[in-house]
Amino acid sequence: MPLGLLKYGFSKRHPAPRALPPRPDLKDSYDVVIVGGGGHGLAAAYYLSKYHGITNIAVIDKGYLAGGNTARNTAIIRSNYLTPEGVRFYDESVRLYQGLSNEFDFNILYSERGHLTLAHTDASLRTMRWRAEVNQHCGVDSELIFPDEIAKLAPSLNLSRDVRHPILGALHHKPGAIARHDAVAWGYAIGAASRGVELHTRTEVTGFGIEGGAVTSVVTDRGTVRCGAVLQAVAGSSSRVAALAGFKLPIRTVPLQACVSQPLKPFLDPIVVSGSLHCYISQSSRGELVMGGSVDPYSLYQQRSTLDFKEGLMANMLELFPFLSGVKLLRQWAGIADMTPDFSPVMGETPIRNYWLDSGWGTWGFKATPVCGKRMAETIAIGKAPDILDPFRLDRFERFDLVGEGGAASVGH
Amino acid sequence: MKRQRQRLDVGARIDRGQRLAFRFNGKSYEGFSGDTLASALVANGVRLVGRSFKFHRPRGIYSAGMEEPNALVQLGTGAASEPNLRATQVELFDGLEAASVNCWPSVNFDIWSLNDRVSSMLPAGFYYKTFMWPTGLWMRYERAIRAMAGMGRTAREADPDRYDQTNAHCDVLIAGGGPAGLMAALAAGRAGARVILADEQNEFGGRLLSEPEDGETIGGRLAVDWVADARAELAGMAEVRLLPRTTVFGYYDHNFIGLIERVTDHLGGAAPEHLPRQRMWRVRARQVVLATGAIERPLIFAENDRPGIMLAGAARAYLNRYGVQPGEKVLVFTNNDDAYRTALDLNAAGIVVPAVVDLRADPQGSLPARAREAGIEILAGHGVVGTKGRLRVTEARVAPVSDGAVAGPARTISCDAIAMSGGWNPAVHLFSQGQGKLRFEEARGVFLPGNTIQANRSAGACNGAFPLAVCLAEGTEVGALAAADAGFGAPVLALPETKEAEEAPMEVVWQVPSDRPPGKARAFVDFQNDVTTKDVKLAAREGYRSVEHFKRYTTTGMGTDQGKTSNINGVAILASALGEAIPAVGTTTFRPPYTPVSFGAFAGRELHEFYAPIRRTPIHAWHESHGAVFEDVGQWKRPRYYPRAGEGMHAAVRREAIAARSGIGILDASTLGKIDIQGADAAELLNRVYTNAWSKLEVGRCRYGLMLGEDGMVMDDGVTARLAEDHFLMSTTTGNAARVLAWLEEWTQTEWPDMKVHMASATEQWATVSISGPKARNLLAELTGDFDLSPDAFPFMSFREGIVAGVSARVFRISFTGELSFEVNVAARHGLAVWTACMTAGEKYGITPFGTEAMHLLRAEKGFIIVGQDTDGTVTPADLGMDWIVSKKKPDFLGKRSLSRADTLRSGRKRLVGLFTEDPKTVLDEGAQIVAEPRDRPPMKMIGHVTSSYFSPTLDRSIALALIEDGPDRMGQTLHASMPGRTVPVRVTEPVFFDPDGERMRG
Amino acid sequence: MLQIACPHCGPRDENEFSCGGEAHIARPKQPDAISDAEWADYLFMRTNPKGALAERWCHTVGCRRWFNVERDTVTHTILRVYAMGAPRGGGGGA
Repeated sequence: MPLGLLKYGFSKRHPAPRALPPRPDLKDSYDVVIVGGGGHGLAAAYYLSKYHGITNIAVIDKGYLAGGNTARNTAIIRSNYLTPEGVRFYDESVRLYQGLSNEFDFNILYSERGHLTLAHTDASLRTMRWRAEVNQHCGVDSELIFPDEIAKLAPSLNLSRDVRHPILGALHHKPGAIARHDAVAWGYAIGAASRGVELHTRTEVTGFGIEGGAVTSVVTDRGTVRCGAVLQAVAGSSSRVAALAGFKLPIRTVPLQACVSQPLKPFLDPIVVSGSLHCYISQSSRGELVMGGSVDPYSLYQQRSTLDFKEGLMANMLELFPFLSGVKLLRQWAGIADMTPDFSPVMGETPIRNYWLDSGWGTWGFKATPVCGKRMAETIAIGKAPDILDPFRLDRFERFDLVGEGGAASVGH
Repeated sequence: MKRQRQRLDVGARIDRGQRLAFRFNGKSYEGFSGDTLASALVANGVRLVGRSFKFHRPRGIYSAGMEEPNALVQLGTGAASEPNLRATQVELFDGLEAASVNCWPSVNFDIWSLNDRVSSMLPAGFYYKTFMWPTGLWMRYERAIRAMAGMGRTAREADPDRYDQTNAHCDVLIAGGGPAGLMAALAAGRAGARVILADEQNEFGGRLLSEPEDGETIGGRLAVDWVADARAELAGMAEVRLLPRTTVFGYYDHNFIGLIERVTDHLGGAAPEHLPRQRMWRVRARQVVLATGAIERPLIFAENDRPGIMLAGAARAYLNRYGVQPGEKVLVFTNNDDAYRTALDLNAAGIVVPAVVDLRADPQGSLPARAREAGIEILAGHGVVGTKGRLRVTEARVAPVSDGAVAGPARTISCDAIAMSGGWNPAVHLFSQGQGKLRFEEARGVFLPGNTIQANRSAGACNGAFPLAVCLAEGTEVGALAAADAGFGAPVLALPETKEAEEAPMEVVWQVPSDRPPGKARAFVDFQNDVTTKDVKLAAREGYRSVEHFKRYTTTGMGTDQGKTSNINGVAILASALGEAIPAVGTTTFRPPYTPVSFGAFAGRELHEFYAPIRRTPIHAWHESHGAVFEDVGQWKRPRYYPRAGEGMHAAVRREAIAARSGIGILDASTLGKIDIQGADAAELLNRVYTNAWSKLEVGRCRYGLMLGEDGMVMDDGVTARLAEDHFLMSTTTGNAARVLAWLEEWTQTEWPDMKVHMASATEQWATVSISGPKARNLLAELTGDFDLSPDAFPFMSFREGIVAGVSARVFRISFTGELSFEVNVAARHGLAVWTACMTAGEKYGITPFGTEAMHLLRAEKGFIIVGQDTDGTVTPADLGMDWIVSKKKPDFLGKRSLSRADTLRSGRKRLVGLFTEDPKTVLDEGAQIVAEPRDRPPMKMIGHVTSSYFSPTLDRSIALALIEDGPDRMGQTLHASMPGRTVPVRVTEPVFFDPDGERMRG
Repeated sequence: MLQIACPHCGPRDENEFSCGGEAHIARPKQPDAISDAEWADYLFMRTNPKGALAERWCHTVGCRRWFNVERDTVTHTILRVYAMGAPRGGGGGA
């Protein structure tokens, strides 16, 4: 039994040294106001306070901490993207994730499973080989494997040739992992709060004060605060908050649904994705199957569930795992995804000075939480986006220099 | 005959004449028709039925319905084995086999109950605080922890059972067939509305089924007889559909409702072949009536999880409905009057009720009065403060309590069951799923339906109306209102009379105090996940203040029961720990499904051969009988190659390609998209959607076109023929046919509504036989007599109509192989005949069918692109070296503006070139990356990638197409392509490898 | 599963339709005459409102006709169905 557990167990009444503090009163002024208390906003606050010496920070959220997409995603972490820009960025995120439990001294239950993206056609085999090659050239561990090797990694998969869409191969990305999504946010929140960052939940931003093209204050339903800089990190509300600041974004907000089964004894180790069958699945540490499919085909700011989502997804599941018919679906939910035209995020400068943007996180936001927090913190601290964020600038749309990641999406779009 | 030692001899809704044998955890038992697995187990004195998730604590049957957190079983064996079913809902059938989940080696001795011994080390969130150190070891711990996870097991092989789906529309859908639901159905049904009444149980009646034989009356009839009357009347109404064993599990947008009907689950091996196991109903209802009842709320007290401790209503159901004794000495513990009904019924059945422990200081209602009259001791102002018993409760410790504290010494009461009630929680799940907002009522501590945006109404217990008379009245009212809103007039319905005892107010108690030191006596909130009151308070101390944080941190309500009995208690205890009001902490939003639903039921029949449609060409049978290997192209099956005996793919493709270059090859091109475009503005439409000009194309001529998205990127290509002045036939790639048609329709309807043009898909109407090769003209000449095939009369890129092989045909002289080619289009029904005629007549020329693989090779030799293979949505015409097809004169076409943007004009874009490997035998991988400097280490700069790659028998060497940064400026340069384990030097060449001037296809 | 009243066919389930995104984004009359930024605005930028949204739908597996729908992106209520080319906010539903 590990020492930490013994020490923890024998302490008389589990003291709570690392707690989330209650909400304080709003001060008049902050160096940085972070709009959005999700994983990204909290991570930025954490890195600002820990590595840049900026602690006079308010994180403001309309609801509770990490109650948006941080609480609703399927917690998959990977860097097997298609563009070198994407691979480099997400690879940094994966590396940060791997050290996060120790960084926090708070276990995020990081579980490295390996990630299989199945190919059912020659065309998708070609794309998988392309991704494997791009990944390897970027130093990321991905390779194209074939059914005999897939069978070793996921023996429960239906590898029969006698199905509508037989599995011809897969992109195997060994570092693919899942983590406890809430714990990631809590780790950042506790770490930031312990360094003086204020967490203002149940506080709604209703406007911004802008003078001479720069943001100077944030208006909330609990009063107005002056600020040196603003970071907008509000996945699912990006267009609306940007509108409060007076600019438009290339974003369409759509629901992404997901669901879990009842807990089952473990039978599936890797994360399995099928682009052709529009589904992805992993088995959590509790034994639940965590499953997702395609985004809904129209915009909606509502986390409702649909029946057709379940019908389509379960048919796909049974194609891959025919023995699951009798397994029960337990719970279904949805997140609100800000989709961009090129399936890549929008980060960095905005038309307003000192107003920094972290948006366009579509269905790929959770896996970028650490790198995004770290790099946005750096951006705010030095007043300029670092090179690694450069491909994701908002003005790439005007320049038409897009970062096409449609081919590497797990979620059907 | 086996003895069911806890079974009563008379009464109840079971058929003692029908004995059913079953096995549980390997032992044989007997029950009766009408039993659930749970009631049969209770009847046989089986108390210990499962183990909890975390501590593997012994647990017994807790409820009599879908809220059950403990009694989870694995049902059946083999392919149809189902994990995690609630024994309280499994109807008993002869031959049933079930086993407890989450225990090893057995439920009586479970090795993992060691967890319970160290439970003080494993409070809520303990995983988050441990195992991080030493760095790197976590992954090992994680595997060990994960091995213990899960409850039941999946089957090992595919389920042989069928699941069906059906669609229905109705005026009024009623969820729940208890008193309120039945009245609503009668009201709406008599008004003439189309009604669906669904109830999850095997019979209608809801809580009335648990009434004793001398219990409540409705309209002067015994409750169960009234139910039978109502059911009979409803069954006689033509517009009413009754669905017992059917759970309304999901409430979706616009009154779209999901129901799951268990059609044969209760029949076991006796299920008839023709029926599905379950049926999913997808119902669109004009109006919805929610009559989903209420779920009893447990009292949370110290050591409350021992087998034998159950909900009071469940104890009453086992007694009255199933005729079994929940125990021989049953202590009743309550904060309300309703539990006295349980005490009275137990007492009347001759079961010892040592006392009713009532948290209220002075219970003076009529029910307590009747209990006193019956001689039952009432310990008012008392609470159960602790219990004893390992695999079953043996005694309770009862002490006076007041103001939330123990107020005197405890006494011990011996008992083998405790029936307890903390009041009732309205089942507002469906209401909330349908985006209804909940409101909180302080007096009873309940969440009730508030505002809704959908057309629904709640009635009865789910609306907070617990007395029978009110349930009936509300049901009548909402049934009539729903019918009226759906357009049906007032029904004729008198409210039946009832004589139910009136209840005195309850006293909300969220947590019963204990005289044991904190930490010594656990009070469980969530039974399945082993969350205690201490865990809830720990979460509050650590700052997990919102209900969602608390749930996630402690895992309250995350089990298979989704917190049906634990959520509200948990939230209340959290609120009190935080010193906040319950509504401020909030309740969770309920999500579908209401209770777990099988994957199979969602998938229905859209599996295996029905998973996705298969499209076959009219010539498919010929390909099949000639040994074609098929590939999937979208939904189509296309022959990939036709191997001869002993031939692999490469040999076959080589043979097929050589035949097309030297004799005749024949290809089934029927899958290419064909769009018929007609109207005065047809040419203008083509001008707008293609990059080149179309106005001057002569009738009878064809032209190749490139279609762009508005972003300037290549979207599709194909040849379009002008059949008449105002009539064109457009061809598209196989995969894009539907998309291109939709694209044309969208623009003409939304942006250019004044254009006089119409279009329709003609893909399926025509079969296309493409003959290609130097002898193609000779063959075609033999099959047609009525048109001149000479190069002057029928030049390249033109089309003619005439008779081919005896049927009308459109013949296009176009070429994707680079050879002299004719594409013969005939009505789909003639496709096979024309193909066969070509094969027969072509025999002397060595005619050879070729598949997509040879076609791809042949076109690559010519440098013809395949959209989607050589392009990926980021490629412009200029990137493909196809500027020649982009009109400079046309003022506008879709995508034109994007071609003049900074990024589309910059240098450094990836552009199409050819590649020769240094070693002509080496065939590159498609997707291989190209680097300029192979000695670098990752991260390496990639300058392009291979899009198409083949071995060309014509050139006797490998060829490849690639997109490479500034590729055309690198002609002759040596670059490097990565292959598994090595890099291959390649030389950049023009992307046309064969017959660059096109003499063969023009000849 | 929304129910959408196709102006030509009557009420039908959502899965018979396809959504074409925000309505009333007119293609610039002279694309060559506008700046890259204006062209990007037309191509990519969207108001993406929370609340009433006018969008284009097509009855893909029915009459294949396009029409406008005004839909609330929070409650999912369909506020209005109106013809292609008709102005937004003309009042009156269908």
